[in-house]
Amino acid sequence: MNFYGIVDGSESSLKNFLSQLPGVDQVGAEARAAMLATRSIKTTSKRWAIDTAISMVDLTTLEGADTPGKVRALCTKAVRPDPTDLTIPSVGAVCVYNDMVSIARTHLDAIGGKHVPVAAVSTAFPSGRASMEVKIQDTQDAIDAGAAEIDMVIDRGAFLSGKFGLVFDEIVKIREVCGERAHLKVIFETGELVTYDNVRKASYLAMLAGADFIKTSTGKVAPAATPPVVLVMLEAVRDFYVLTNRRIGVKPAGGIRNTKDAIKQLVLVNETAGPEWLTPEFFRIGASALLNDLLMQRMKMDDGYYASPNYVTID
Amino acid sequence: MDFEYAPAPESRSIVSIKPKYGHFIDGKFVNGRNHFATINPATEEVLSQISLGSASDVDKAVIAAQKAYTKTWSKLSGKERGKYLYRIARILQERAREFAVLETLDNGKPIRETRDIDIPLVAAHFFYHAGWADKLDYAGMGKSPKPHGVAGQIIPWNFPLLMLAWKIAPALATGNTVVLKPAETTSLTALLFAEVCQQAELPDGVVNIVTGDGSTGSAIVNHAGIHKIAFTGSTEVGKKIARAIAGTNKKATLELGGKGANIVFDDAPIDETVEGIVNGIFFNQGHVCCAGSRLILQEGIAEEITEKLKARMSKIRVGDPLDKNTDLGAINSREQLNKINELSAAGDAEGAERWNPSCNLSDKGYWFAPTIFTGVTQAHRIAREEIFGPVLSILTFRTPQEAIEKANNTPFGLSAGVWSEKGSRILWATQQLRAGVIWANTFNKFDPTSPFGGYKESGWGREGGKHGLASYLKEGK
Amino acid sequence: MSRLEVKKTYKLYINGAFPRSESGRVYEVSDSKGNFIANPALASRKDLRDAVVAARAAQPGWGKATAYNRGQILYRIAEMLEGRADQIANEISATSGLTPKKAHEQLAAAIDRWVWYAGWSDKLAAAFGSTNPVAGPYYNFTIPEPQGVIAVAPQDEFLSFIDAIAPVITSGNSVIALVPGASAVPAMTFAEVLATSDLPHGVINILTGSHDELAPWAASHMDIDGMDISGIDKKKRAALKEAGAENLKRIHHFDDAQTPNRIYAFMEAKTVWHPIGV
Repeated sequence: MNFYGIVDGSESSLKNFLSQLPGVDQVGAEARAAMLATRSIKTTSKRWAIDTAISMVDLTTLEGADTPGKVRALCTKAVRPDPTDLTIPSVGAVCVYNDMVSIARTHLDAIGGKHVPVAAVSTAFPSGRASMEVKIQDTQDAIDAGAAEIDMVIDRGAFLSGKFGLVFDEIVKIREVCGERAHLKVIFETGELVTYDNVRKASYLAMLAGADFIKTSTGKVAPAATPPVVLVMLEAVRDFYVLTNRRIGVKPAGGIRNTKDAIKQLVLVNETAGPEWLTPEFFRIGASALLNDLLMQRMKMDDGYYASPNYVTID
Repeated sequence: MDFEYAPAPESRSIVSIKPKYGHFIDGKFVNGRNHFATINPATEEVLSQISLGSASDVDKAVIAAQKAYTKTWSKLSGKERGKYLYRIARILQERAREFAVLETLDNGKPIRETRDIDIPLVAAHFFYHAGWADKLDYAGMGKSPKPHGVAGQIIPWNFPLLMLAWKIAPALATGNTVVLKPAETTSLTALLFAEVCQQAELPDGVVNIVTGDGSTGSAIVNHAGIHKIAFTGSTEVGKKIARAIAGTNKKATLELGGKGANIVFDDAPIDETVEGIVNGIFFNQGHVCCAGSRLILQEGIAEEITEKLKARMSKIRVGDPLDKNTDLGAINSREQLNKINELSAAGDAEGAERWNPSCNLSDKGYWFAPTIFTGVTQAHRIAREEIFGPVLSILTFRTPQEAIEKANNTPFGLSAGVWSEKGSRILWATQQLRAGVIWANTFNKFDPTSPFGGYKESGWGREGGKHGLASYLKEGK
Repeated sequence: MSRLEVKKTYKLYINGAFPRSESGRVYEVSDSKGNFIANPALASRKDLRDAVVAARAAQPGWGKATAYNRGQILYRIAEMLEGRADQIANEISATSGLTPKKAHEQLAAAIDRWVWYAGWSDKLAAAFGSTNPVAGPYYNFTIPEPQGVIAVAPQDEFLSFIDAIAPVITSGNSVIALVPGASAVPAMTFAEVLATSDLPHGVINILTGSHDELAPWAASHMDIDGMDISGIDKKKRAALKEAGAENLKRIHHFDDAQTPNRIYAFMEAKTVWHPIGV
């Protein structure tokens, strides 16, 4: 096997490649992210950023208590985030558990939302603790039910104990299951990887194994999509593009709750990976509460006064 | 559509600039003469008229400082002196935004830097030194060390208020009184600081500010009533001061020029290194004596670093210093712009290869795009002379020893940088480098607790920390 | 029949060797009664130039020797000096007019100086360094380092000569001593002590002769980093400081014979920053 002519998938070739990646200096990376957070986005650029952010939201519900009704409501909101303002774009995707995929797909199709894909979390989300057979079946089920995007988790235990080959194989196998039918997002759970060096290594591991997107977190572990983590991942996709000519997407998820946070993420993308990534094709934000704040900020820009949560729908 | 940031200008309504200023002597603003314009270098707008202090103005200021020293300041306990400094620190924090905007207007540096770096550090310097005032027995200068008397202080235009703080805070904490001259092109924040002295009810004459040019500075250096000189500026003027005081008992600290080497080993954390290189040379438009103006790259990664640096430089936002998103502001003066142009032209003439990202530079004001020169050798003027602008000379090396030799091959010795992920290599390099401040895996960081100053022709003495106090004290017996 | 004494030729001490002055000149030293004692070499500016080259070459190795090692070598100088105590005390007495008792006291003080400074070498970082609690995630420390090559111009007195050179080399500088007048005689015998000690060649270089002739050349020499002009007449100091301004030489004079300030004045504080992260 050959992956981009860079590794052959063996444990040793992965170790060799990952060990020669430059380190990440924690203080320097955090300082850079903090500096970019001071960017002041006003007026026309803010308006553009809000609409762009809305189009990038993977509107998510991943609760044990999810019901078909809640998922349908979420889909309605995904297609038309504000029923009173049809100039607002649809979100990037609806992200649900495996068993909710067909409900979501059916409802989206029924309400004129064919253009909104359904993303399914997969591979024994969120812990990743299951046999390979179960993970494959989990993925296959979701795709058969209509998922166009698969958000898989990696085996963090294997990664942290240095079994890169194991992690790599899992991603490769899930990639095969996805085939041409589904986009593959690989979730690292960066809060469990702890160091930025690990985030960089995991990014390359996933990209080499065939990920279309690399994603920070499940939303179940904090810290999640902190700006420096996203910075390091954006550097990875930027450099991977130079290396392979293939553009990989990035999806921060978890902890991005308001417009200010979302705009900080867009600034990070703009000044790190570049404007080519500023599209839902290559950047998504996994969130639930964020969408309403984006809508309220948009209303404020239109109306000139601050909005109230009473004027946006709760789901 | 690209993500174009709309203008986000900081409001200048917070500052009020008088049409004309005199000096601040003996606690009062007094009229001056021979006014000259101070301008906003980003627009060439005349901001105000500044008085060119004469020898007689300096004399009045020194007399006021002497009187304050003998009558009030030397009679105060350290504890009470410290409380004045704490007051000043607090007022500076309260009025921080006003100082930041005024500094940006007068100097041309971006509001992001004045707001996030200059002014917070100014307050921190006063806060730090306030605490020393009643603890001088622990400064390593013996029991009950004594101040010199009147300190004459001459500061540069690159960090106007920060350099004022570096000078005035330790002088007052140790019990000296002060006659300070701000730089010709950047007097406004020093004059606003005089108002802070009044608000803090600092006794009259403890701080005196006389504006002017080199002749005013010379009058301070040569005044018989001055006991200690503190100067930050060029090595050329530093040497003149050293000669001028050779026959006197005046003490001097000199913070002078530099040509800092920033050494990158092939195991460096590359992305943070690129940030450090940018911060090293483009911070404050490169108007930094300790700038990392010589980038010395290990051959194996020279190309990669240079490419990444170019990509990163393309993201540098050059323009209106008051815009909160501006990274690189205006060159401080036409004179400085001419000097940068002249040395850059020498780089071209000597065969180095110039590159800069395309920037829309305003016709009004003084601007210079962030620029790198590759193919530079030790023999090039741009590798030896201080450019004091946003211009980086890039050299390469093969062996660690060669990197150190190139880094040390200069009469300067102010700063250096080392980038590597290997701890023992960093410590080895920091030990070999002949420079007073060494940043390893970072660059251009400052703190009041951290001594700053140069080896060789980069100056005499240190500022900041325990070491910085020593130059304002006579050893106690 | 009494035996004719074999007298010593007093030369210079440069890079561990004893060359004559390249100028070929000497000057006469006699005792207080006018009896001839010796013809020390009258060093020239070219001898100074050679001494600077030797001192510059020797300095990095000496500066990087461990502080423990430097301390032991300084202590070894004291041991060796003790062994030559009578000889040098006699020379001090003969050339300075001090009584033999006073001369022995001075020599004893000189030995004790070496012991005192020997103990300083590994305390300098503790006394003059610091770790600095900066407001950020950085480890920040300041350490004192030797300046490099230092010229010293002591008074015409053996103990002043020791007072000038010992502190300068304690920190790892190399030194060029400009020894004036009659103290050249015990100073050059002391050079023999150095030659048999473990001090690397070139760390201490001794030129005998005239301050008026040599000091201005030392002050203007661009490869000398600092200068102790304690032995220079007050009226002549300004000119030296002015000349030294050309390379911002650190020029000092001291009132105290024995103080750690004489060490620290010829050191530079180096501050190092490094981020703290995982």
